[in-house]
Amino acid sequence: MSATEIRKTYKLFIGGQFPRTESGRYYKVSNAKNEVIANMCLASRKDFRNAVVAARKAFESWSTKSAFNRSQILYRMAEMLEGRKAQFVDELMQTGMSKTMAEKEVRLSVDRMVYYSGWCDKYHQLFGTVNPVSSSHFNFSMPEAMGVIGVIAPESHPLLGLVSVVLPLIAGGNTVVVLASEKHPLCSISLAEVLATSDLSGGVVNILTGKSQELHTHFASHMDVNAILYARADAKEKKTMAELSALNVKRSFFYERDWYRADAENPYDILDFQEIKTTWHPIEQIGTSGAKY
Amino acid sequence: MSIQSKKSTDKKVKATKKSIPAFEWKYAPAPESTDHIDIKPQYELFIGGKFVKPATSEYFETTNPANNKVLSSIAKAGASDVDKAVKAARKAYAQSWQKMPARERGKYLYRIARLIQERAREFAVIETLDGGKPIRESRDIDIPLAANHFFYYAGWADKLPYAFPNRKPMPLGVAGQIIPWNFPLLMAAWKIAPALATGNTVVLKPAETTPLTALKLAELIQEAGLPEGVVNVVTGFGDTGAALVNHASVDKIAFTGSTPVGKYIQKAIAGTGKKVTLELGGKAANIIFDDAPIDQAVEGIVNGIFFNQGHVCCAGSRLFVQENIASTVIAKLKRRMKTLVVGDPMDKNTDIGAINSAAQLKKIQHYIQLGQQEGAEIYQTDQALPDKGLFCKPTLFLGTSQSHRIVQEEIFGPVLTIQTFRTIEEVIEKANNIPYGLSAGVWTDKGSKIFNLSNRLRAGVVWANTYNKFDPASPFGGYKESGFGREGGLHGLYPYVQFEH
Amino acid sequence: MSMLHHPVDQTGVEERIARFNTRSIKKESKLQGLRLALSMIDLTTLEGKDTAGKVRQMCYKAMHLADDLPDIPQVAAVCVYPNHVKTAKIALGESGIKVASVATAFPSGNSSRKIKLEDTKMAVGQGADEIDMVISRGAFLAGDVQFVSDEIAAIKDACGEARLKVILETGELSTLDNIRRASVLAMQSGADFIKTSTGKIQPAATMPVTLVMLEAIRDYYDETGIMIGMKPAGGISTAKSALQYLVMLYETLGPEWMSNEWFRFGASSLANDILLQLGKEKMGVYYSPDYISKD
Repeated sequence: MSATEIRKTYKLFIGGQFPRTESGRYYKVSNAKNEVIANMCLASRKDFRNAVVAARKAFESWSTKSAFNRSQILYRMAEMLEGRKAQFVDELMQTGMSKTMAEKEVRLSVDRMVYYSGWCDKYHQLFGTVNPVSSSHFNFSMPEAMGVIGVIAPESHPLLGLVSVVLPLIAGGNTVVVLASEKHPLCSISLAEVLATSDLSGGVVNILTGKSQELHTHFASHMDVNAILYARADAKEKKTMAELSALNVKRSFFYERDWYRADAENPYDILDFQEIKTTWHPIEQIGTSGAKY
Repeated sequence: MSIQSKKSTDKKVKATKKSIPAFEWKYAPAPESTDHIDIKPQYELFIGGKFVKPATSEYFETTNPANNKVLSSIAKAGASDVDKAVKAARKAYAQSWQKMPARERGKYLYRIARLIQERAREFAVIETLDGGKPIRESRDIDIPLAANHFFYYAGWADKLPYAFPNRKPMPLGVAGQIIPWNFPLLMAAWKIAPALATGNTVVLKPAETTPLTALKLAELIQEAGLPEGVVNVVTGFGDTGAALVNHASVDKIAFTGSTPVGKYIQKAIAGTGKKVTLELGGKAANIIFDDAPIDQAVEGIVNGIFFNQGHVCCAGSRLFVQENIASTVIAKLKRRMKTLVVGDPMDKNTDIGAINSAAQLKKIQHYIQLGQQEGAEIYQTDQALPDKGLFCKPTLFLGTSQSHRIVQEEIFGPVLTIQTFRTIEEVIEKANNIPYGLSAGVWTDKGSKIFNLSNRLRAGVVWANTYNKFDPASPFGGYKESGFGREGGLHGLYPYVQFEH
Repeated sequence: MSMLHHPVDQTGVEERIARFNTRSIKKESKLQGLRLALSMIDLTTLEGKDTAGKVRQMCYKAMHLADDLPDIPQVAAVCVYPNHVKTAKIALGESGIKVASVATAFPSGNSSRKIKLEDTKMAVGQGADEIDMVISRGAFLAGDVQFVSDEIAAIKDACGEARLKVILETGELSTLDNIRRASVLAMQSGADFIKTSTGKIQPAATMPVTLVMLEAIRDYYDETGIMIGMKPAGGISTAKSALQYLVMLYETLGPEWMSNEWFRFGASSLANDILLQLGKEKMGVYYSPDYISKD
């Protein structure tokens, strides 16, 4: 008699923990053959709120970590994903993807982690400036993390799409609450297991499963969310989110990309979620010609 | 340094100030001349390179807030006028400006910069007459900075590929730009210069209380020979601005003004795909540590809150003083305030001029009353204010806390709230404990402390051991509800380009 | 906590100076200021080639700056080397103009305490009303502030009734922080006045230096209730510049310091430039130096 398969319970990922939705609600996720393969948590407004609290709590320590340290953690994520390739290929194939495509998506996802790992300690040098002001001041501008970002991940490409939108944000020191693909959330939530084992502190990335239709307004209206990134195509949801963002002058970004394309990974996506801070300080002129006491 | 003084104090004649007859030196009036100033009795809209009458046939008056005298009648642009202006800008974008070699675009900007420099005094006088700011400021700060801004961005026009590594920057199209009344010409320059340098065309909507220098700039742009329609100026009130924001053929909105209006704009353009930058309100913390260069810090406090009557979005309106030096700093501040000359903006010695409008004065007075109702201790100097015109005494509120509304809300006037603090943690927390995040000031002689603070203050501009400094090469803009996007410097190019994929 | 010692930021000081210099002093306030400035001058000759004749001529000038112009005050003092004190004292008679003498191995100050004290006593003995001493800059820069303080206190004792002006020689102190420290040190050690320069080192008086010293005086007054005088010396030669110094004085220390009891200009050619301005006010047309005596 063969051993009975142990089925995985998929849960949310909030503050480094794997809680069930507080609402007790779930929805059924099917594979390409229309067989139910999992009961997914249907995250509620309160789950989202809890995730924002966790992300806010994580922000200070994540954003002040050394850039080199963040880079190492992102690289560690790549290592962890590499080691669990098979699981992700399997989960992607359940969405109907061919094995070749699934392997390509996992490989690209690993590559993207390595790519953004490398940017962690470099984008400042690309986007920071020293500004030659006319007065006797040293003046420089540096990018700085925006804060807590609400992300609605692409509906297709549940792994590559999700990592492509999340990585530039966390590489830049932000913390995120991300809503996974509604239809194919399996590998998104499995990614949480990779994150949980890659030295990423709890709360830096929080992953919810559920329906954008229910949650997008809350992402856009929450007053303690600094920015949103919406990576789906629904024009109505986009407009509503853009409108609600005005409540606290939230920065709102709407990406529609082919995540396989080479330029789907670029440092300008990091920059979108950076504030530019400019610092002034006087320069003493003693000892220079013409100014002596 | 500690020394044992061996001086023999018994021999010292102890002179106290009371025994000395005071020499009262009143600076005689030194008014700037207005002889060479030409303000027309009526101004039209500037559309397609020509001054045209508004379809509305309506005009409004712009007055001198220092004496309430009418300066000129200004055309009021209705929706159809705005439409005409946007079409003119669109046509100019398609037919001339976008096609023009970048280097030639730059030359026009250099030309504008030079013309402003040549006519600087004229612009300064009109700015002061129309807006009430001291002539010293419009002459030494507003107008030179406006010219410099054009000069700075002129040079970017043909160098844009260097600004965006691995990307090809393209213009957006027509930019609708709405500017405030506190720095009328300077804000026009901040908006127009980067827009034109990057190849966009512009419809500018000046504030209704201060339209004159923008219209003078339109004359100057005509004189500079810019292709028709590259810059259009539509004067009017909020509805004119709304027509511009909601116009379907505008690709970009740039707005500087209040946070409520900024939110209205952000909402209005939702789902339209228009790009937007917002430079909104602020309530900046100006933080004085006990190891600060105190006398320069006092100047920084004064400059932070009384510059331009406090009509400054980045004004240092919340003063935080370390408790162990609070009494010294406050005493020094009060003494310094007594030397501030409040009055005729046209007098070269005036430090604090007229409040821009009756509505603004009413708002400031409301907050001064509110502060007293809230139980904060008020301090004002005893200088007499002019009988006529809109004026407000420089005002301190002592003994305030985070929970006072005068500490939380933007007053936009010469009103400073003072709180004390004990530790760095405490002051960082309080400084950030506000929905705004435009600017902040830090005063300490200790470099490592400056970098700590400048890292942790959630604000777009941090002035360390200085305050209210501006430069075309330096990006300016806010965090949180102070808006987004940067103006000035290389970062000021981003809001006006898109990348070709 | 004592606010006598705090840092000084040079850029901020320069910005404040720029603000003073935008003050536009016109009409009655200009006349008032120019006359006051004249009355604050320590008319100075400090040359190796000074003679009794030269000193007498200067003393006459001090009493009669321009007899053909209305309401011209006398200067505050003449400033000479110790060996000319007696000549000056006699020449000035009952005019009320003070005689100030430099002392203490002026201008370097590099001699023994004994000689400096003798130098001082000699000047006082000859009738000097004021002593302008120099501090030992070498000791100050070497960190021996106790030495500097003791020396000032000793000279102060030797001054008797004469008022002591302590010259910091700011042009050798390098930083505004040093100038502030030296100012406080001098005041705490017995100075009645603090003075910028000997006039032998460039730069001599500058507005930033003077502002730092004025602010030190103000803070010292706040802490002790004792008024100290200020004397910028050297390099102030135009009426415009004198008015700018007075604006700075007025807005920093207030009306109480606006008299020659508390503020002096150490200068040799300033008086005539002010007279040129006052001549213009009298005539209503631009004046010529040919109408002003040079002594």
